[in-house]
Amino acid sequence: MKETSIEVPLVETANLADHAADTNGPGLGDAWTGRGGHRRRSRESAIRMIFLLTALFSITALGLILFFLFREGVPIFKVVSLKDFLLGRDWYPTDDPAAFGIFPLIVGSIAVITVSCIGAIPLAVLTAIFIAEIAGPRMKEFLKPVVELLASLPSVVIGFIGMVVVAPFLQRTFDIPTGLNLLNASIMLAIMTIPTICSISEDAMYAVPRELREASLALGATQWETIFRVVLPASLSGIATAVILGISRAIGETMVVLMVAGGAAIVPTSLMDPVRPMPASIAAEMGEAPFQSEHYHALFAIAIVLFLITFAFNMIADQISHKYKQVGSATL
Amino acid sequence: MRIRAVIVLMSILAVFAVSGLCAAGSNVVINGSTTVLPIGQKSAELFMKGNQDVNISVSGGGSGNGIKAIIDGTCDIAMSSRFVKDKEIKLACEKGVYLVPHRVAIDCIVPVVHPSNPLNDIDLNTLKGIYTGNVTNWKALGGSDKPIVVISRDTSSGTYEVWQEKVLLKERVMPRALLQASNGAVAQAVAGNPYAIGYVGIGYLNPHLKGLTVNGVVASPATALNGTFPISRALFMFTNGWPEGPAMSYLNYLLSPAGQKMVETEGFVPLY
Repeated sequence: MKETSIEVPLVETANLADHAADTNGPGLGDAWTGRGGHRRRSRESAIRMIFLLTALFSITALGLILFFLFREGVPIFKVVSLKDFLLGRDWYPTDDPAAFGIFPLIVGSIAVITVSCIGAIPLAVLTAIFIAEIAGPRMKEFLKPVVELLASLPSVVIGFIGMVVVAPFLQRTFDIPTGLNLLNASIMLAIMTIPTICSISEDAMYAVPRELREASLALGATQWETIFRVVLPASLSGIATAVILGISRAIGETMVVLMVAGGAAIVPTSLMDPVRPMPASIAAEMGEAPFQSEHYHALFAIAIVLFLITFAFNMIADQISHKYKQVGSATL
Repeated sequence: MRIRAVIVLMSILAVFAVSGLCAAGSNVVINGSTTVLPIGQKSAELFMKGNQDVNISVSGGGSGNGIKAIIDGTCDIAMSSRFVKDKEIKLACEKGVYLVPHRVAIDCIVPVVHPSNPLNDIDLNTLKGIYTGNVTNWKALGGSDKPIVVISRDTSSGTYEVWQEKVLLKERVMPRALLQASNGAVAQAVAGNPYAIGYVGIGYLNPHLKGLTVNGVVASPATALNGTFPISRALFMFTNGWPEGPAMSYLNYLLSPAGQKMVETEGFVPLY
């Protein structure tokens, strides 16, 4: 720990010197690096160009996707009003006349996410606390990769387990008509989001400066007090970001909800009701929707709603991480 | 030096790409319905065995996707579990694409229940009652006092369209029905639930499912062909104009006795 704290500034000064050599006027750069300076500068600017082009490319691609999304989604509002689209209770996109009400889909998405958060957030944050603050080095070495391994489980595998293991189990245990329901989807989504939230939260806690803990302990606080009064508040911005990134991942998660949520477009009244979240509808129907039909436009409009919701969540994450940013030991 | 190596490598790649494009003359791209996919895949394999110079690539993605692909010119043959729709014909005409349907097989859609279910036969009227939400308990069908779990395909699938036309008589499936995205998912859901009822293509029947007879008629190639089994449909492949070259010989093979034999072994009903 002590070693790195000495090394880091050293490395940084070295970088600064490099940087100065590259960006200062030609005289100073040449004086510093001799004949190699010119070559080095042109290489630096080439590298800068490559990065600029890469960045421009990704931003353009994203922009085009957005443009396409809106271009394909907006025409549905010639057929159905925004209010009927968002608040309509019937989703029968292929009927004649078709019904494009996505209210049950929105409620389904939000219900699944809410229930899975109730389970996932405490579990994930507590696990993160354990790994970052309590577990010994060997335990930590073991747990961290295990959590990250969980994050890398393909969602189709999780969905499959939900379908063939969890669904019959729920059905037997609670004596309900079907195990493909809101609860099952929430459990599987929680399993998917826990590793994300846990891993990022743990990083955030790990980044809390050691002197904060030392100061707290030196003042006579116990380990618990240190964790809950010092480490947690100090890493709050990181944890909040972790939670919201986990949520936005879960909102967009398609495979799991497609496989285990049941797929009934109803407003759920209990945990055991089947639901049909928005991504499941898009994934299930896009392949069959005739190109540029009303149904096709309606699915893109659902995608817009989904995009706006995840976008809002990411904005909130950004706000929170700025607001609670821990810039130094003194801000606590 | 390094730059020269890159140039050499690029030119080698370019030569390969060009030769690849030349060979593309005998490439056939097939895309579309996942219901027809097993037929497309198997027949392509068999056809390529006899015609080494032809390369056929087959992918699924839904009837709508396949028809979109052929209208856009990104595939040569579109598989579809339904006939082409008005809107699609209009779009095709605008782009100068003339869609030619080829009937390649017939599919029976069989209502299925869990093997432990005592029910063996069901009539179309009761099926309609179940799927529209008017019959909700197995007791009404002589079973135990348990709610019926209704499992259906997504309302946009070709299978559902046939079901809606032939069983629901154009009425809507009730919103509480569990909608599954594929035949396999329906089979899985019914096999795992003693109180469920669903429907699958005849090729998806397996020992974990119990196929019901409808109005006393068992689903089979014979009853589908003579029209006594009430829930069946034709499966199509669409081409842009009358097919030529390798696409033509491929379709000829699929419609030949050998091809239709393969259709039967894949679990569908051959045309003859």
